[in-house]
Amino acid sequence: MCLAVPMEITAIHDKIADVEIAGVTRQVRLELIDAAPAVGDYVIVHAGFAIRRLDREDAIETIKLFQEGLNLELL
Amino acid sequence: MNSFEAFKDPALCRALLAKLVQEADTPYRFMEVCGTHTVSIFQSGLRSLLPQTITHVTGPGCPVCVTHESEVACFLELAARDDIVLATFGDLMRVPGPKGKNLKTAQADGARVEVVYSPVDALAVAAANPGRDTVFLGVGFETTAPAVAATIRLAREQNLKNFRVLSFHKLVPPALAALVADPDINIDAFILPGHVSAIIGATPYGFLAEKHGLPAVVTGFEPLDILSALLEITAMRKSGQPAVVNAYTRVVANEGNPVARAVMDEVFTPVDALWRGLGVLPGSGLAVREEFADFDALGLPGVSLPDAPPLAGCRCGEVLKGKMAPNECPLFDKACTPATPVGPCMVSTEGGCAAYHKYRLEL
Ligand code: SF4
Repeated sequence: MCLAVPMEITAIHDKIADVEIAGVTRQVRLELIDAAPAVGDYVIVHAGFAIRRLDREDAIETIKLFQEGLNLELL
Repeated sequence: MNSFEAFKDPALCRALLAKLVQEADTPYRFMEVCGTHTVSIFQSGLRSLLPQTITHVTGPGCPVCVTHESEVACFLELAARDDIVLATFGDLMRVPGPKGKNLKTAQADGARVEVVYSPVDALAVAAANPGRDTVFLGVGFETTAPAVAATIRLAREQNLKNFRVLSFHKLVPPALAALVADPDINIDAFILPGHVSAIIGATPYGFLAEKHGLPAVVTGFEPLDILSALLEITAMRKSGQPAVVNAYTRVVANEGNPVARAVMDEVFTPVDALWRGLGVLPGSGLAVREEFADFDALGLPGVSLPDAPPLAGCRCGEVLKGKMAPNECPLFDKACTPATPVGPCMVSTEGGCAAYHKYRLEL
């Protein structure tokens, strides 16, 4: 039930954003998010609300750390 | 590959798994306390690939499953009332209550029950049903409670007079505290729920390491997230330095989401709550605050928590505490299947019994 999916913001109208993932579009509310998101950001969506913005740099950094730890070159 | 897709990358996963197999030389049992982790550990095939030394135990991470028998009886009584429209997440529809009743059978008996995707959709249900109270069933952990709180604020802004919430929300840290205080629980480490933690952060779990010496890792839901959490746990066990680690930093800030928490705290206040299998846990639930009493379904005349007996033969209580694996329940896959569920752990897609049933070839 805590299933929450990352979706990409395609438009923002005040407290509501249009989000999209794999061709599925929805509207989500922005009252709960702690940093104002921008179009193109990914947000975690749960029960009709965006609850966090995904940090792209952090994701890249984490993957890099894995690769370095494993001596891999994948991306 | 986009930077978030990389967390599913099979080559990277295989390399991480190989490392885990190499490192995990002393046995341990870890518990996951989030239904989405349960599903993803099975669905990704990880469960059958884990080294022999690592045992996965499923915990109380399915909100529908931990909803107490009395709470189920309470909302079924509401469903039977002519003056009430219920709005609910779909997961609750088939949760069995007394005498084999559930919301689906109630619907067949004439109850007005609307399945919604968001609590906000329940406001439209209320607006469409003047003359009746629309009650939203507030079931869920810290991930969900802020959304319900924000909805109650919207209802007040819209001056809706016939919308109420039956708040049976539950809080994860008090349940973990109860679990680790139980001397019969044999768990060596935890992987902690990513989206609950997106709201509350990593700090509230500190007691697991500090007081109980248990390593615990907040992580996401991709195979790479789970593997890296297990590697982290393995390393902490080796070094003898247990800690609570946040490995889901792309989503979870250590301090969580203060905006969502403020909304939740404005509308709700912690109270003792009933959990299936775990009983009454202090400060583990959320009640609607006095200031929002007009939106509290427990304030409606005739609403109470009836006594309800445990479901005959169902061992969900033990499954939720990790004391029994679902396939050790005598009814598992016999009297109890997803088509004929005896208990909520077989109803909910996130329930331990449902996961064991669906992926039983991998057991
Ligand atoms: S298998 Fe069915 S009866 Fe047994 S614990 Fe699970 S839900 Fe309950």
